[in-house]
Amino acid sequence: MRSDASSQDRASLGLRIAAWGGLMFLHFPILIIFLYAFNTEDAAFSFPPKGFTLKWIGVAFSRPDVLEAIKLSLQIAAIATLIAMVLGTLASAALYRRDFFGKQGISLMLILPIALPGIITGIALLATFKTLGIEPGMFTIIVGHATFCVVIVYNNVIARLRRTSYSLIEASMDLGADGWQTFRYIVLPNLGSALLAGGMLAFALSFDEIIVTTFTAGHERTLPLWLLNQLSRPRDVPVTNVVAMLVMMVTMLPILGAYYLTRGGESVAGSGGK
Amino acid sequence: MNSVTVPQTPASGSPLRRFSNLLYRRPNLYLSLLLVPPLLWFGAIYLGSLLTLLWQGFYTFDDFTMAVTPDLTLANFTALFQPSNFDIILRTLSMAIVVSIASAIVAFPIAYYMARYTSGKTKAFFYIAVMMPMWASYIVKAYAWTLLLAKGGVAQWFVQHLGLEPVLQLVLGIPGVGGSTLSTSHLGRFMVFVYIWLPFMILPIQASLERLPPSLLQASADLGAKPRQTFMQVILPLSIPGIAAGSIFTFSLTLGDFIVPQLVGPPGYFIGSMVYAQQGAIGNMPMAAAFTLVPIVLIAIYLSIVKRLGAFDAL
Repeated sequence: MRSDASSQDRASLGLRIAAWGGLMFLHFPILIIFLYAFNTEDAAFSFPPKGFTLKWIGVAFSRPDVLEAIKLSLQIAAIATLIAMVLGTLASAALYRRDFFGKQGISLMLILPIALPGIITGIALLATFKTLGIEPGMFTIIVGHATFCVVIVYNNVIARLRRTSYSLIEASMDLGADGWQTFRYIVLPNLGSALLAGGMLAFALSFDEIIVTTFTAGHERTLPLWLLNQLSRPRDVPVTNVVAMLVMMVTMLPILGAYYLTRGGESVAGSGGK
Repeated sequence: MNSVTVPQTPASGSPLRRFSNLLYRRPNLYLSLLLVPPLLWFGAIYLGSLLTLLWQGFYTFDDFTMAVTPDLTLANFTALFQPSNFDIILRTLSMAIVVSIASAIVAFPIAYYMARYTSGKTKAFFYIAVMMPMWASYIVKAYAWTLLLAKGGVAQWFVQHLGLEPVLQLVLGIPGVGGSTLSTSHLGRFMVFVYIWLPFMILPIQASLERLPPSLLQASADLGAKPRQTFMQVILPLSIPGIAAGSIFTFSLTLGDFIVPQLVGPPGYFIGSMVYAQQGAIGNMPMAAAFTLVPIVLIAIYLSIVKRLGAFDAL
C-alpha cells in the first residue's frame, strides 16, 4: 500500500530512461532471435536482414535431427516435471506447517541444486553414474532434471499452502471425509493452479537445461544440446535460428501462464475474511 | 433440530478412513510418510552424488596410462595452486565479481522505478517484462549474443551508424578488457554475463525496496533531508540486503558457467570449462572433481559474507 504522497511525485527523467532502457536491454536480444528466424539470407548474420521469409520454418521441421531432439526434450521435460510435481508437493506438505528438527536443512537441500552452479550437479551425477556403471542416456537426464525441478514446484505449492487455512482440512475430516477424499475435493482444487504453475515452470526449466544435461546425456541429444552443437556449423544458421525461436517461446510462455495462475490473493483462503 | 446427532465412532468406516484417523493421531508417522520420498531422492541421488564427486577428488590419475586408480592422494587439490590453474581461478573469480557489481548498477534503477513509481497494471507489466527474459532459454540468449556481436552483426551496425568506431577501437585496445573484436574480447563476454544474469539481480532488489515503508522516506524529508540525502542515507542502505541476495545468483552462476566462455570472449579456461575439459577430453575425473570444489568453497565464503549483509532475509 503506497501513500498518495509518494506516488504523486514523478520519477526523474534519468531514472525513467535507465528503467525503460534497462527493459529494452533485456528484450532486445530476444527480438533479434525472432527477427533472424524470418531472415531470407542463408549463411550470414548481417544486419539489417535482407528480407522476410517463412521458408526456414518448413525446412527446420522437415529435419529429422531437429524433430528427434524436440521429441526427446519434450519426453524428458514431461517425465521430469511429473516426478518433480510429486516430490515437490510431498515436501511442501511436510514442511509448511510443522516445525521439526532438520527442517531448515531439508529446505536448504531442496534449493541447493539450483543455488549451486549446474556444473557441480552435472559432474557429481556423472561421477556417480560412472561409479555405479549406469550408462548415461535418457534415464540419467531425467534424474538430473527432476532433481533441480523439485524446488520450483515446492516453492509454488508451499506458497499456496501457507495461504490456505488448515481449518478447511479439519472441517472436511470432521464432516466424515477420509484422507483421500479431503485431498481430492479440498486440497487438490485449492492447490490446482499453484501446482499447474509450478509444473509449467519446471517444464520450461527442464526443456531448456543444458549445463547438467551436458554431463548426463551420454549420446542422447536434447534440443539445447542440439543448438549448442549447431553453433559450430555456420551453414545451418537459418535452421538454428528457427529452432532458437521455438525454444525461446517454449520457455517464455509458461511464465505468462504461471503469472496468471498465481497472481493476486494475499488473503488466506478459508480464514473467514481475515 | 433439538436432537444431538451421535458422531460416528472413529474406529468404524472404510479402511481409508481408519488410515486417515491413524495419521491424524500419529502426526510423526504422517510427516515421515510425506518426507520419505523426497528425502530418499535427494539424499541418495543428490547428496550421494556430491559426496561421490568429492571422494573422487582424492583419487589418483596416472598421466602416462590416462587411468584413474582409487589410491587416495592430495595431489589434485595441491595442483589447484599451480600458477596455470590458479590463473583460471583468478580469471573466473574476477569476472564473477565484476559481473555482480555491474549487474547491481544496471539493475538498481529498474528495481527502484518498479518499486516506487509503478503500481497496478504497470507494475505487473514490469514484473512480467523482467521475468520473461529471466526464464527465456539460457542457450538461446547466449546464441542471440553471438549473433549480436558477430562481425557484420547488429552491434557493429549500430557502432558504425552512430560513428562510434574509434571509441570501440579505443576500448578494445585496453589490455585486459579488449580483444581483437567485440565477440572475442573480455568486454563482450562480460556484457553477455551481465545480460543473462541481470533479472536475477533486479527481482531481489525490487523486493527489498518494495518492503521499504514510505513513512521512512516521509520522515527523512520532514527532518530536512534533500532527496539525494534520503537516497544515500535511507534508501540505499536499506536495499543492501536485496543487492546482496541478487549478487548470490550473479556470483554463483558466473562462477560455474562454461557455455558463455566457450561462445564469447578470448581463449583461456574458466573454472567451468576446465572442469568440462578435464572430465571429457582428458578423462581426468579426479582433477575435475578437485576443480569443482573451488566454486563450492568460493560460494560458501561468499555466502558467509553476504549473510552478514542480511542477504538471506531478502531471498
